[in-house]
Amino acid sequence: MQQQNIRTWISSGAPWVWLNAAAVSTSVLLVAGLLLLITARGMGHFWPAAVHEIVYHEADGSRTRLAAQVRDRERVKASRLVESGLQVEAGVETVERILLKTGNRDLGGQDFRWVLEPSVLQQLQPLSMAVLEREEWGAFFGRVVGLKQDSELLQSRDVWVDFQARLQRVADLREQIGDLQKSAIGSVNYRMERLRLEQRELELDGITEPAAYDSIEQRRQALDAEYRRLEDELLALNEVIRRDSVILQTSGGQEVELPLHTIIDAWQPNAMHLGQRLAHYFRKAWAFISEDPREANTEGGIYPAIFGTILMVLLMTVVVTPFGVVAGVYLKEYARQGLLTRTIRIAVNNLAGVPSIVYGVFGLGFFVYTLGGSIDRLFYEAALPSPTFGTGGLFWASLTLALLTLPVVIVSTEEGLARIPRSIREGSLALGATQWETLWRTVIPMASPGIMTGLILAVARAAGEVAPLMLVGVVKLAPALPLDGNYPFLHAERKFMHLGFHIYDVGFQSPNVEAARPLVYATALLLVLVILLLNMVAIHVRNGLREKYRGLET
Amino acid sequence: MNDSTQLNLENLAGPPSQQPAASMREATVRVKGLNLFYDEVQALKDIELDIPDRQVTAFIGPSGCGKSTLLRCFNRMNDLIDSCRTEGKIFIAGKNIQKKKVDVAELRRRVGMVFQKPNPFPKSVYENVAYGLRIQGINKRRVLDETVEWALRGAALWDEVKDRLQEPAFGLSGGQQQRLVIARAIAVQPQVILLDEPCSALDPISTLKVEELIHELKQQYTIIMVTHNMQQAARVSDRTAFMYLGEMIEYGDTDQVFTNPNEKRTEDYITGRYG
Repeated sequence: MQQQNIRTWISSGAPWVWLNAAAVSTSVLLVAGLLLLITARGMGHFWPAAVHEIVYHEADGSRTRLAAQVRDRERVKASRLVESGLQVEAGVETVERILLKTGNRDLGGQDFRWVLEPSVLQQLQPLSMAVLEREEWGAFFGRVVGLKQDSELLQSRDVWVDFQARLQRVADLREQIGDLQKSAIGSVNYRMERLRLEQRELELDGITEPAAYDSIEQRRQALDAEYRRLEDELLALNEVIRRDSVILQTSGGQEVELPLHTIIDAWQPNAMHLGQRLAHYFRKAWAFISEDPREANTEGGIYPAIFGTILMVLLMTVVVTPFGVVAGVYLKEYARQGLLTRTIRIAVNNLAGVPSIVYGVFGLGFFVYTLGGSIDRLFYEAALPSPTFGTGGLFWASLTLALLTLPVVIVSTEEGLARIPRSIREGSLALGATQWETLWRTVIPMASPGIMTGLILAVARAAGEVAPLMLVGVVKLAPALPLDGNYPFLHAERKFMHLGFHIYDVGFQSPNVEAARPLVYATALLLVLVILLLNMVAIHVRNGLREKYRGLET
Repeated sequence: MNDSTQLNLENLAGPPSQQPAASMREATVRVKGLNLFYDEVQALKDIELDIPDRQVTAFIGPSGCGKSTLLRCFNRMNDLIDSCRTEGKIFIAGKNIQKKKVDVAELRRRVGMVFQKPNPFPKSVYENVAYGLRIQGINKRRVLDETVEWALRGAALWDEVKDRLQEPAFGLSGGQQQRLVIARAIAVQPQVILLDEPCSALDPISTLKVEELIHELKQQYTIIMVTHNMQQAARVSDRTAFMYLGEMIEYGDTDQVFTNPNEKRTEDYITGRYG
């Protein structure tokens, strides 16, 4: 009887349904968990965490007083601590220890230290404790005690308010300097370089009339004059920005004077109320996605990486779409369905399984060295020996990824075409349309949602790919964006930054991995968001097409 | 028969801007010794046929007898099938269309076809009808407007769709879609219209409408249709051909074939003894 029940239960398909449900929910849980993890870890970084003033015993009995943010807590076995030479009260099995971020790397030499919970004598959150974000040496924790202008100590009623005001002045000046350096001076440099290339070209062509060189010389002198003027302006600004400095007192009692222009931001987290904290949080998060990186990428923002990722994916799409669609249409519609076509199809499908680093090697060997080298010899001779296209760059990276995603687009194009009913083709042919007209006017538009699905997959794959890019154009820090105001605006030969590579670089190649870890999570989150955004756009387009060609089933 | 169908009788010959001369439209179809093979299997055997101008000729016969295959010979639709090979001659308006150098696209413009299931394109009603013209490179708004209206009137569909010309064709009912497809076919002003079981996917009322339409269309076009429905063949056609296993068994006036067939097999089929 029991057995009978089990058999009917099995044949009812219920266990199968449960199995499916379990598989689906496991996948969903894993994805949600992953997203939650990187969101929590990454988004926490921008929160203005409290700064504690802590007094504790050192192992030798001396007392230390320092300011720090609590980064982590964990329980360790007492025996392990004893082994490493620390004193632990007898009879205690586990001890809690705290990971403190102490900042002040220029004074103490280390950013982080572990402190045993039982050795902490006093823990306070003084309101006046400030966190300073600096251009160099990481964060500084301390109290603001005085301000100096041109090395003269200032009298001020509220030193913090005055400090903030002067900090704002410095920030404005810094922005001016940045604009000057990047836009104006960058543009002059760019034009100078082009002038140099022009002259070199003339020399290579064997032209010797002085008239040709005269105009170049004139233009160079004009540029030189402009450059000198800008340089003077810059020097003057650099002088002005150095006017103020701030005197700080660390928890240890040490007084330090910091020039104001090295300080990017300052806040007193212990004195902030919730609204201020939130405002601070969003300001920092925005800075992260809109600013350039600093300090070997461990601080500042990741704007160039976001920009590079999106631009590369877009370029890749522009390249892969025509090639993939044309190849798919040929294979499905025009090619004789014989052994050769089958072989090609198998080859295309296998191409999708080739490890991506192999594409990187191919891209480097063929695109960069062979194609790029030839282009340089033919069109950019003047710039040699420094390569223009003969080195990794945005264009080659996009091309490599286009090659990588080509199979996906070809296969989905073929599938999309196969779904178009025969009756539609015959209807068009019977009206006197040629096969080309039938394809162009009816079949390909109808297959476009399928083609878009392929593109969505291609975009998702390309945006997340890192390994091949390391060989064909991604760098740790790109000097300039591949899109700017200098003719011809899109500089596809330039090296660029990429979110995926940024994660690798910051997480594993940076000098201060522990400090940069939250940034790794934040960058990962952003990469996921960028891929999501690109996909949403593509899905939106596809749904529009689907709506347009609805009723295909009839 | 409603008013609109009556109305279009006088201008069925073409939209006002492009009335062709009557003599040009003379379109008889003559088949001489036609054999057709799928690989090694012979699907049509030695077909001889004379189809008169501006009459309805119906092909009847059991499934797989080759009537659709024969129909698809007239606009060389069988070219699309790789394994298909034909021998013999087919003359349409005096020209052998079996010759290699015949422009197939041009032939199909002269010989329109309507399929078993309505197959409108995923475009608007208007664009469906204008499709054939656009392919010929006609993009003048005035000509298109005029022809679309004329063709839709010709297909007895104008009154039903004149307010929704820009809506997708999939929104029409099955019967309307089939008449739309007929409008699409007559918009390019063919000489011959091939109908491959045009009513088999339609309900009885739509079927009636399409039959009425066929009756009107034969004033201007040579119509060849395949049908499974013998009452339909008897109602609509002037001439009837009975085919069986790839052979043309009997061909004659519809009245004679149905009332007094020469062949035993025809009689058996018509009286429902097999098929």
